[in-house]
Amino acid sequence: MKQEDKKGTIQDINGPIVTIKLPGVQNGEQVRIGSLGLYGEVISLEGEEALAQIYESTEMVRPGEPAEGLGHPLSVELGPGLIGGIFDGVQRPLEEMFLKAGDQIPRGLSPLPLDREKLWHFVPTENLEPNMPIIGGARLGVVQETETVEHRIIVPPNIEGELIELAPEGDYNLEETIGQVRDRHGKVHHLKLYHRWPVRKPRPYQSRDNGVEPLITGQRILDTFFPLLKGSKCAVPGPFGAGKTVVQHQVARWANADIVIYVGCGERGNELVDVLDSFPKLKDPYTGRPLMDRTLLIANTSNMPVVAREASIYVGITIAEYYRDQGYDVVMLADSTSRWAEALREVSGRLGQMPVEEGYPAYLASRLAAFYERAGRVETMDCGKGSVTLIGAVSPPGGDFSEPVTSHTKEIIQTFWALSKELADARHYPAIDWVDSFSADVGTAAEWWHENIDRGWEKRRAQALGMLARDAELSRIVNLVGPEALSSAQRWVLEGAALIKEGVLQQSALDPVDTFSSPEKQFMLLNLILSVYDEGATLIELGIPVQELAEMPVLARLRRCKELYDSSQIDQLKTFRDEALNDFKEIHSEYAQRGEQTA
Amino acid sequence: MSAKEYRTASAARGGLLTVANVPNIAFGDRVHIRDKQGNTRNGQVIRSSNEEVLVQVFEGTAELDLESTWVRFLDEPVEIALSPEILGRVFSGLGEPRDFRPPIVSNLRRSISAAAFNPAARTYPKEFIQTGISTIDGLNSLVRGQKLPIFSASGLPHNRLAAQIVRQAKLPDDDSRFSVVFAAMGVSYADARFFQEEFASSGVLGNVVMFVNMADDPPVERLTLPRMALTAAEYLAFDLDRHVLVVMTDMTHYAEALREVATAKGDVPARKGYPGYLYSDLAEIYERSGRIKDRHGSITLVPVLSMPSDDITHPIPDLTGYITEGQIVLSRELHNQGIYPPVHISPSLSRLMKDGIGKDFTREDHPHVSNQLYALYARALETRNLASIIGADELSARDRRYLEFADAFEGRFVQQGEDEDRSIEETLNLAWDLLSSFPPQALTRVNETEIAKYHRQSG
Repeated sequence: MKQEDKKGTIQDINGPIVTIKLPGVQNGEQVRIGSLGLYGEVISLEGEEALAQIYESTEMVRPGEPAEGLGHPLSVELGPGLIGGIFDGVQRPLEEMFLKAGDQIPRGLSPLPLDREKLWHFVPTENLEPNMPIIGGARLGVVQETETVEHRIIVPPNIEGELIELAPEGDYNLEETIGQVRDRHGKVHHLKLYHRWPVRKPRPYQSRDNGVEPLITGQRILDTFFPLLKGSKCAVPGPFGAGKTVVQHQVARWANADIVIYVGCGERGNELVDVLDSFPKLKDPYTGRPLMDRTLLIANTSNMPVVAREASIYVGITIAEYYRDQGYDVVMLADSTSRWAEALREVSGRLGQMPVEEGYPAYLASRLAAFYERAGRVETMDCGKGSVTLIGAVSPPGGDFSEPVTSHTKEIIQTFWALSKELADARHYPAIDWVDSFSADVGTAAEWWHENIDRGWEKRRAQALGMLARDAELSRIVNLVGPEALSSAQRWVLEGAALIKEGVLQQSALDPVDTFSSPEKQFMLLNLILSVYDEGATLIELGIPVQELAEMPVLARLRRCKELYDSSQIDQLKTFRDEALNDFKEIHSEYAQRGEQTA
Repeated sequence: MSAKEYRTASAARGGLLTVANVPNIAFGDRVHIRDKQGNTRNGQVIRSSNEEVLVQVFEGTAELDLESTWVRFLDEPVEIALSPEILGRVFSGLGEPRDFRPPIVSNLRRSISAAAFNPAARTYPKEFIQTGISTIDGLNSLVRGQKLPIFSASGLPHNRLAAQIVRQAKLPDDDSRFSVVFAAMGVSYADARFFQEEFASSGVLGNVVMFVNMADDPPVERLTLPRMALTAAEYLAFDLDRHVLVVMTDMTHYAEALREVATAKGDVPARKGYPGYLYSDLAEIYERSGRIKDRHGSITLVPVLSMPSDDITHPIPDLTGYITEGQIVLSRELHNQGIYPPVHISPSLSRLMKDGIGKDFTREDHPHVSNQLYALYARALETRNLASIIGADELSARDRRYLEFADAFEGRFVQQGEDEDRSIEETLNLAWDLLSSFPPQALTRVNETEIAKYHRQSG
């Protein structure tokens, strides 16, 4: 059916849910309604009437106004020009809207997501000749999108056939044809530097692959204690004020990913401005280029229309899959999936669907699972490797992790970074609780650490976690009967755990040195503190009082090592370690002498 | 404005009136309803189809009958008239004068449901506002364009604290024009009067716009009131280049009014009967604060809300905390000890503090000092718990020092007079007085240079 056939009228307006009489419209199809031409999406059909959810405010829209179907589902434009941009929940370019329309987002405006004028220097793939068979996902050539990112122009996954023509190296805009493919029905497809893809349909790949290497975030508690593999999925739940946003920003800043997609879904406007302001000034620790050169933002702030919020995470993940298909490791951060679930709840409530838990519809769990399953490490259509790592923030009401969104999410993900109000209240940041958090990928991560950093990694990690558990147990005793009830060895465990907490786990996002720790530095710090602890434990066995050890000046310095030595000063750290251990050896020999004298 | 009146009301339930057979009525349209006695009520269309239109009546549907009710659709959204004359005036939740003076006459009328600010149009708030209150300036600094609520509870002095902020808030070395927009929802006469007298005695009254809905006024008006107030604030900030401080009290009454209307409409409840869209609805209000590129003015928002049963996990404070950029939490325990302002610092937080303080803004040691005080106080509270179990005599000398710190911190740093306006220097110096009761090596959050410079023992 042709587009112009699908004309209809508005029947009923109930907030963002509008009933339209529009024969022939498809479920999921995009619609424009009213004299302003507001965008929306059909969510159910009944006879000639369709229910549509509208991405913009429906204020002053009236029954009888026109409605039209656009003939395609909600899709995104995928091509060079995405990186460095900021888009709203339905991929409208916000910078351009600001220039065109001013401070507030007007209704009915729909500039194209990607710049059509800009010329890109296209370099075709070598050895690709006309008359060769070509598959969807095959690489036609590259353009340099930013200084960091080489954008690989690929054949849309739903097209394959025979390559008829490929443009020579040169400058092209997005609308120019750079290749032609004849499919098996004889139809000729004109390929451009961009293509469109429906956001609710996962992009295809050859096969799924296991994760093999951890995502390095430079955050000690994450990398060392609760590792996340590239291509894995992770949830970050926490009550307000526990530091979800800072954790997400830190990962966006320092993760060793090729592309970072940050979806602000129903969150604060100023947080996105923070990213927009700070990322161009910050340097990627791996390439030395501005971080914005590998980052793109999807912004649906909490005051923007709720239906576009529901769409925003699909827009984000589809763009993530697109870069994955180019062979990149992509990290997508969704802050927060709870707001997305609430948008789902709001729409389902307006539709009068039966609520099951706390007003959420019965399909919450399956929608969540289907969304998280779009993460993964894959063999791409053209036999490369790419991954999408998905990190979703969860905002449980009242910090209650048993609520529906947190509990359903927990069933799906592999790594869980649980934020704790108690730790945040004590300004222990990042406030990631080492008891509630988990990672199912420690085994695989260990292989990487053993191969690349140190063979002692898994043992040291386990020792540290063991001490933290002992610490919790002993603290309970102290709280009941006081510290005098503990033996010297037990009190040294408390000191050791405090050293781990302050010297390793706590990490300041604001300190220029401490904000990022390379894996080498992470292991050095952990190893250093545990070596000191081990030395001390030996001395205590010899009968040295714990107070004497606890007051050693070297301990205060040990707590500060994280901010005194940056990731390139591993040698200085080693020197410090030798000095620290030497202090203990001196005490040891002193005591040994004294022991001989008394003997 | 349409002159046509309809007499086709088909149902009246709570605050909702259904009108049948009125074609092409706009969603969100403003409505006048004339009853049998000839009195006019106000309403707004909340659902519209050709068969019937659902109208939310602000004054309720009591004493309406279906036969002799005339309904007129004004064909305009709920709007507010704006001019510089609004300063010094008092309005109702519908923008009508409450001060027995004539209404504002102006060609400039704006819909109170403004479109969202484009995040690309915002600038990041960075300018430190000195409130003269140590717990705020030192530990939870407020910056221009921030939204920082006060979480309080019944019987706590949140109004006095809000008034003190209004009185004392200033930017160091800056005397640009400022205004206050005061939005009161469901407040008692005593509270409304308290603020009015406060504004009058501190001489700011001519710079204040008040929107007042008393506890015995129609609750539905509480839904339009904050939007009226913020539309006025946006006008003052972005048209007239003023720095606007918006104080809203009490957001709990707002949310309760929203629940009342939602229940009447039959919306699916989420938590404690509040509708699922409470978060989005609150966000529409709170997110209207901020700074905009190339505009001189700003909107700083200080909403006050009371936590029902002192419960911070109740949906209203909970959802607010997820939207606002931090919170100042008041404590009944401190209040009962006679400490004013009873700011409970552990759960209090300012998210925008990090970029508004430190070198070039307040003082280079500020971020670390704040962090150090938090860490020591957290440890001190643990020690206090321990002491209450095993007795203070059983504590080690080290632990006793924490105990003394907790008392000194609450008594000297938190506690201050209602008229005591401490500069940030004074606040930070006071902090070092307290920190200096610890030996330098116990202070791991401040750096060695700062210790050398400010620690009393090393100086």
